[in-house]
Amino acid sequence: MAVVATETPFHVLAVDDSLPDRKLIERLLKTSSFQVTTVDSGSKALQFLGIHDDDASTVSVHAHQLDVAVNLIITDYCMPGMTGYDLLKKIKESSSLRDIPVVIMSSENIPSRINRCLEEGADEFFLKPVRLSDMSKLKPHILKSRCRDHYQQEQQHQQSDSNSNDCSNPTNKSSSDSTGKRKAEDNGEILPQKNRPRHS
Amino acid sequence: MAAAALREQLNALLSSMFASGLVDDQFQQLQMLQEDGGTPGFVAEVVTLFCDDADRIISELAALLEQPIVDFDKVDAYVHQLKGSSASVGAQKVKFTCMQFRQLCQDKNRDGCIMALAVVRNEFYDLRNKFQTMLQLEQQIQAQQ
Repeated sequence: MAVVATETPFHVLAVDDSLPDRKLIERLLKTSSFQVTTVDSGSKALQFLGIHDDDASTVSVHAHQLDVAVNLIITDYCMPGMTGYDLLKKIKESSSLRDIPVVIMSSENIPSRINRCLEEGADEFFLKPVRLSDMSKLKPHILKSRCRDHYQQEQQHQQSDSNSNDCSNPTNKSSSDSTGKRKAEDNGEILPQKNRPRHS
Repeated sequence: MAAAALREQLNALLSSMFASGLVDDQFQQLQMLQEDGGTPGFVAEVVTLFCDDADRIISELAALLEQPIVDFDKVDAYVHQLKGSSASVGAQKVKFTCMQFRQLCQDKNRDGCIMALAVVRNEFYDLRNKFQTMLQLEQQIQAQQ
């Protein structure tokens, strides 16, 4: 049986307070073969993800169960109440959610905002309106985090084992990682495109 | 009326909407998404949601600008919302007016804002009429097939 299930579509949680925008992002994601859940606020997103607003450190038992497994979160920046940035912070503070890649969307191209989000751990920043071509940037982040999770699990179970897996092979001994996406020591923070917002 | 003639009418309408700058490339993206995704009602749905949203926002703006003391932060927040959703559907004229409107908010220019609201309203109504005609023509064409 395959270890990494590439047959089931990846599940994206999209957060946006604007209804037309939610429809659009949903269609973009579905057209790109993602399974989609949309919510209209950061607090609903946290609810869906199984953590409570006031208790971000609670380890959620549900977050990684198959029925609510979320592979990526894409959120608008400007939302009333909890902004996309606030949501990002909560996710990164949660031990059960911090490894889920987060993408921020904004209609405003403000470099300080973009940098702040990237520094807080966002994997990507999309300028709105989001386009179909942006969708192709999502899967690499998902795969990277799944490989990282899988690799970390392996590390815990088998210290010296160097099983090959479906993702780019980490080869914890050598540093010849051809994709450059993951190193044994760090958390995969090296992202060639990290600081470049999409140009339209 | 025959489907071909309806098609021609629809194409002429769409061409004029693009040519006059009423809608931009983003609207074309929506049309392409509809085709690519094989989801026939998509444009109709997004356009309708946008119109409902815009209608609501314009009412809120009118109410805010009638206040003896105008809360420009709130006005700006609504205009920002409208600018965002108009950009998402490709409603170019409305979007550009919103950009100017935001500047007037930031300048706390009440009269300017009231005028900008009038312009946005007119542009929105014009766009909505055209969207409605577009959807009607599409329905009629569908009915013929």
